[in-house]
Amino acid sequence: MSQGKPGAAKARPLSPHLQVWRWHITMWGSILNRATGVALYVGALILAGWAVALASGQDSYIAYTGMLGTPLGLLVMLGLTFSLYYHLAAGVRHLFWDAGKGFDPKFSDMTGVAAIGFAVVATLATWAIAFMTGAL
Amino acid sequence: MSDFRTPLSRARGLGSAKHGVSTWLFERVSSITLVPIVLWAVFSGLKLASSDYEAARVWMQSPVNAVLTLLLIIVGIWHMHVGLRVVIEDYISKPLSRAALLLLNMFVCGLSGALAVFSILKVALSVGGLDGGAF
Repeated sequence: MSQGKPGAAKARPLSPHLQVWRWHITMWGSILNRATGVALYVGALILAGWAVALASGQDSYIAYTGMLGTPLGLLVMLGLTFSLYYHLAAGVRHLFWDAGKGFDPKFSDMTGVAAIGFAVVATLATWAIAFMTGAL
Repeated sequence: MSDFRTPLSRARGLGSAKHGVSTWLFERVSSITLVPIVLWAVFSGLKLASSDYEAARVWMQSPVNAVLTLLLIIVGIWHMHVGLRVVIEDYISKPLSRAALLLLNMFVCGLSGALAVFSILKVALSVGGLDGGAF
């Protein structure tokens, strides 16, 4: 143990934290994966609520789906669509990492961008289909 | 093989519980299972979003739709229970808050899962309309 002055422990260097860290794409990818996972938790509860509404008869079903069709409900559904696609892509990325592949920094940056890009494009495509089939 | 643990860690009894591998494996297996189910769910969600109550009820009475919806709920909720458990364990270090949140996570997943499974079975197995149902 070092024999520093009293209070010297306070001045010791700290590990880098969010404020002093250079933000990079893999970091965004990791945080976004966790955030979308938590969002999908709420999404699963909404899905469970849908099943209960369906089993409770026509009136409850119309009330529940009507709630999902309000501007706020649609905004939540849009966020959940993105969360679903991003969490899916990031999950596949994690499965490749578990197999020991894709750790090269450049390639990892690329798959990070690809996962976000896929989620955005797939979300837009899904909502375009929803719009065309009269779901909105 | 020699024991790498320090005498202090052995005295505290905070070593491996020897069953972490099953949790790790379950996370991977459920991820792989959910990939096709989730894609099917988006496809089905689009179809259901443009149909009414009666069409949704008939849809749920198809064995394939009912079973895949059940699998989506069961595997999905189990996956999210394990996932949020890790989030709580990472960020909440106060023992009481951590225990309370872990319990809450379990109760929310258990209750919502049970409600959804019962509801799906009720619709899938019932003949005719459901008005004046149990809820």
